[in-house]
Amino acid sequence: MKLKTITAIAAALFATTAIADEDAELVINGDLEIVTKAAAPAHLSDALDEIMSGWRFRSDGTQAMQMDDFDNPGMAAVDGAAEAWATVEGEKGKSCASCHGDVAESMVGVRAVYPKWNEKAGEVRTLAMQINDCRENQMGAKAYGYTSGDMAAMEALLSVQSRGMPVNVAIDGPVAATWEKGKELYYTRFGQLDLSCANCHEDNYGNMIRADHLSQGQINGFPAYRLKNTKLNTVHDRFKGCVRDTRAETFKPGGAEFIALELYVASRGNGLSVEGPSVRN
Amino acid sequence: MDFSRRDTLALGLGAAALTMLPFRVNAAADDAIAAFTGGASVEDGGIDLGAPEIAENGNTVPIDVSAPGATAILLLAAGNPTPGVATYNFGELAGAQSASTRIRLAGTQDVVAIAKMSDGSFKRAAKTVKVTIGGCGG
Amino acid sequence: MADGVKPRVKAPKKAAAGEVVTIKCLISHSMESGQRKDKDGNKIPRSIINRFTCEFNGNSVIDVVMEPAISTNPYFQFDATVPEAGEFKFTWYDDDGSVYEDSKKVAIG
Repeated sequence: MKLKTITAIAAALFATTAIADEDAELVINGDLEIVTKAAAPAHLSDALDEIMSGWRFRSDGTQAMQMDDFDNPGMAAVDGAAEAWATVEGEKGKSCASCHGDVAESMVGVRAVYPKWNEKAGEVRTLAMQINDCRENQMGAKAYGYTSGDMAAMEALLSVQSRGMPVNVAIDGPVAATWEKGKELYYTRFGQLDLSCANCHEDNYGNMIRADHLSQGQINGFPAYRLKNTKLNTVHDRFKGCVRDTRAETFKPGGAEFIALELYVASRGNGLSVEGPSVRN
Repeated sequence: MDFSRRDTLALGLGAAALTMLPFRVNAAADDAIAAFTGGASVEDGGIDLGAPEIAENGNTVPIDVSAPGATAILLLAAGNPTPGVATYNFGELAGAQSASTRIRLAGTQDVVAIAKMSDGSFKRAAKTVKVTIGGCGG
Repeated sequence: MADGVKPRVKAPKKAAAGEVVTIKCLISHSMESGQRKDKDGNKIPRSIINRFTCEFNGNSVIDVVMEPAISTNPYFQFDATVPEAGEFKFTWYDDDGSVYEDSKKVAIG
């Protein structure tokens, strides 16, 4: 298979250089232990033995940037979102804090279980959808752009409150149909390059694709500060790019396909710690 | 301007060939060094320059530099469109003559550090950093 | 004034007299290099933070001349000597004339 040959050659070329320390452990600020390697969850155990955070696949320098909140450029956006949290916005004269109080108390554990089923709305909700629902309906404020800087910052603020906690996304019950759809998408080949998510992230993680060290494509670290665009990136933004890079017409952030895909991909990381905002290439 | 397919292909191959060549140290880097040293001679050693062998991404490359006894350190990226990166001037309350930052590198090139020592001499260190094109782009 | 420019500084709250401490500073700023082109092919003009200084009780710790090759969201880590109780002052100077500041107090103990 062509891709395997190319990656095999590339892997051989890079064999002598230390690209990343796949055995390193991530401890943030000297005291917050992050699980970056775990046994694969049951639903995945026929495909993978172990799941690993994208952190493990990055170079030493990139890994180091995440180990101190004052080295992590993504944390600057968290500061901004903390201010936004307390800022009154919209017709109803409320801020996030008006209902949710202190973010460090009310939002503990929230990020770890998203995407999840919302009973009242009768749908699977991503964190971004829930944030906008609150903004529009509870605050009477304008929704954040789904992949905007404001949204990424708010997702990062919420991620910090669950940092270190295991990702624990439900895959059964009312979300089961959406989860199955996401799984199907994950294994579907797209684009002129005819690649599925699995081709790279399940079959070839740890190998090089040109000069990039392929990860398992986990999203426990999102939103991710990417060195290449020096900003926080949301999950759907990254999905959009990945599908586009198979040279396909990509899907719309916030659309049904990526909601399903996000649910499925999140569940592939069940057991890894919530890590965001992470630092990636 | 209309290119025939042949022309476009030739241009493309030419461009690809050019990008494979390592960047040359440009004259501007030498000028910047001369301006900093006033033309004085520069010796190797006495200054440590930390740079990754392969930069994960050219947009944000961690660089650290240390020169005990220096009053200032000039940092240059010899292959960038303009070579200047930073000049660290250490004050009396500097705890050490060292600093770390993150820089942009336009391609594989030498990063050069020149330290001005308190006795008026100049020291030099350089490291080649390979800057890679990513995998998927994306 | 550039939008959304926020400093983020790590400095110890306490130090022994004469102790050398590590300072980490980040500021969110796009550092427009002047090399990028917009979609019409015109160069986007340079607009960067061109200088960063750190002082303690009015004495210089470090003074950095910054060029466009410094990455977006400029970051510096350096060491400072704390001779007595006092205050670190951090200042960033923007091409557009804006000045951004932050300060951190240090107690001796």
